[in-house]
Amino acid sequence: MSDKSRIDEPTGTATVGHEWDGIEELNTPLPRWWLWTFYATIAWAAVYVVLFPAWPMVNSATRGVLEWSSRGDLKAELAAQDARRAPFAKAIAATPITDLPRKHELMEAAIQGGSAAFKVHCVQCHGAGGAGVVGAYPSLTDDDWLWGGDLAAIETTLTHGIRNPDHDETRLNMMPAFGKDGILDAAAINDLVSHVRVISRQEKPSASSARGAALFEANCVACHGPAGQGIRELGGPKLTDAVWLYGGSREAIARTIYAPRNGVMPRWNDKLDAVTIKMLSAYVHSLGGGEDAPAPVLTAQPKGEADNG
Amino acid sequence: MANPDALAGAEGPLYVARKGVYPKKVDGTFRRLKWVIMAVTLAIYYGTPWIRWDRGPYAPDQAVLVDLANRRFYMFQIEIWPHEFYYVAGLLIMAGIGLFLVTSAVGRAWCGYACPQTVWTDLFQHVDRLIDGDRNAQIRLANGPWTAEKIGKRALKYGLYLAIAFWTGGAWIMYFADAPTLTREFWTGEAASVAYATVGVLTATTFVLGGFMREQVCIYMCPWPRIQTAMMDEKSLLVTYKDWRGEPRGSLKTALAHPGSVGDCVDCNQCVAVCPTGIDIRTGPQIGCITCALCIDACDKVMAQVGRPRGLIDYCALDDVAVERAGGTAQPVLKTLLRPRLMIYFGIWCAIGLAMLFTLGQRTRLDLAVQHERSPLYVQLSDGMIRNNYTLKLRNMEARPRKVAITVSGLPGAQLWTETGSRETARQRVEMTISPDSVTRVRLFIAAPAQGPARQDFTIATQGRDGDPRGDSDTIQFDRPEAQ
Repeated sequence: MSDKSRIDEPTGTATVGHEWDGIEELNTPLPRWWLWTFYATIAWAAVYVVLFPAWPMVNSATRGVLEWSSRGDLKAELAAQDARRAPFAKAIAATPITDLPRKHELMEAAIQGGSAAFKVHCVQCHGAGGAGVVGAYPSLTDDDWLWGGDLAAIETTLTHGIRNPDHDETRLNMMPAFGKDGILDAAAINDLVSHVRVISRQEKPSASSARGAALFEANCVACHGPAGQGIRELGGPKLTDAVWLYGGSREAIARTIYAPRNGVMPRWNDKLDAVTIKMLSAYVHSLGGGEDAPAPVLTAQPKGEADNG
Repeated sequence: MANPDALAGAEGPLYVARKGVYPKKVDGTFRRLKWVIMAVTLAIYYGTPWIRWDRGPYAPDQAVLVDLANRRFYMFQIEIWPHEFYYVAGLLIMAGIGLFLVTSAVGRAWCGYACPQTVWTDLFQHVDRLIDGDRNAQIRLANGPWTAEKIGKRALKYGLYLAIAFWTGGAWIMYFADAPTLTREFWTGEAASVAYATVGVLTATTFVLGGFMREQVCIYMCPWPRIQTAMMDEKSLLVTYKDWRGEPRGSLKTALAHPGSVGDCVDCNQCVAVCPTGIDIRTGPQIGCITCALCIDACDKVMAQVGRPRGLIDYCALDDVAVERAGGTAQPVLKTLLRPRLMIYFGIWCAIGLAMLFTLGQRTRLDLAVQHERSPLYVQLSDGMIRNNYTLKLRNMEARPRKVAITVSGLPGAQLWTETGSRETARQRVEMTISPDSVTRVRLFIAAPAQGPARQDFTIATQGRDGDPRGDSDTIQFDRPEAQ
């Protein structure tokens, strides 16, 4: 092994001076710029280890003097988002819900916020578009409201719920189980169904419906009104229109009379803050069936209740 | 490993270190043409953003404005929205075909006269002459020692370079915002940081590309000279040294002593001295020649002095070179211009331009796009009718509020209302006022009788109610519950 560096003739490059069995190595060092870039990355790595989380420990990692963490970033972003929303939340909190439509920008913000909250808390029963489920959960998009469809009524329903056993202010009514509890027999229920089908214009009057009319007079008018048009204050559903929560066929109506569901909606005032409930009310109101809508811009016609069924 | 030197090939290395180019001052037909083109192009560039154009209260009053923030492009009476970007694409295609046309007809005229690199290099070379003097003085100064005078002159020259470069960068940003406002904001430090960054970058590039790199940009950086060689044919005009007339070169003295032994070229080297890219045109056509024709001016002047006909160096097509070499007369320029290739380029160029003008005249400034809300598809109303919900995007592309009517056809018994109305106010049509120069989103509710097909196509239309009834329509579906 010679230790002599020499110039390799074919390439004109110096050798490193080692030789093994006649094999030599050319001395072609790394380009300077590459080397210095490499040193710079080493220096940067040293700085990085000090500044940022780097060394894995048993349960976590070294924290770094900047105390940076991705969770911290998220927290800051969420806080910033809350701060951005704060003025709207404050303004919505200060505005009575009936005044909301007059403040267009606030109403828009409320509807958007309500849309987000709806996706979290409401879609499980009422569906993504608020269309409900026939036979189980009411549609929020139509123009038939059991307890009222203006902003204030919706807010009350959301706040206190319907038939909440543990809450005094909840909206409450109870339809008796006429069949199950033996108040009416099968033939009477059949006649009652005929009458309800007649007032909802699904059947022609018949002897059965005439008998049913008398039964209706005796058992149903207290809640559903003398003509079956419903009583909002009591949450008595309207029976004369085309919207049926539990179905409008003979079988479905008979089943309801035999053993009513008396569905329950949870109250939200123990889970959501007042602003969120207000925003949810605005959103539900905007789905298409909201009553006492903001003063129409495009017409001078007076506006009235939206149940023209 | 091969010898690294072998990589350079037989013709030498790929890059030759820059030699200073100190073009001599010259006057003549083409120089004057260049003056005019320089004045016009620079005036257009610096002046255009300051032209005002009244568009009413809802749109900016700058004639040419690329409003990136609001996504509008204004050019005099034309306003282009982002979805109409194909007009810009069409303009770019026209510019491309225009370059093909010009290149096929008169060779690298773009390079020689109108290219910004040429125009600014020319401008900077005039600054050189203003400060340092003409060619010989410049060479002397460049080779001389760093005396106080040289330092002073260099400082002054680079200061002028910088001033021009800054002005150039500053003019660019004026196309993207209201020029007077931006100027004020720029100097008071209120302008957007991107404005300062853009001015900085463009100042630097103008300073470097125009002040120092100059012809190197054309030779090494620009792809256009290479593309042009593919665009040119035997009939394209080239700046040509007519060697059959000029060679062999000889001085006037030799010509007098031995008449007929020498050509017309007196080897005065004036063509080399005036060349802004520092080439010798007498070695034939080459990539460095931008066909600025200054050597034609220089040679014509010398020919006039020695009493020989002009045009020893002249614009000449390759075909004509062969003809003239054989003693013939070149074709008239008009004939070379009327050849099919140019007619086809010109035809395509005109067709695109006319098509764009036609569509510009035909386009509606009121657009409608309808989306059917799908959750839920339909809503059963208490009176037995069915309601569907739609989201309308009304695009008002005019700089004035529009009164529009929304109507439906193909859906008997339909009642319409929007979120500001209600079922009671529902009518056959909805009227509303939409904001100028913006997209208005409207939620439209349509109720129709339950009797009908489960899926029914119908048309929602919008039209102006303020004198201009043109509008737009969209066909969309009305859904009903499937028949039981």
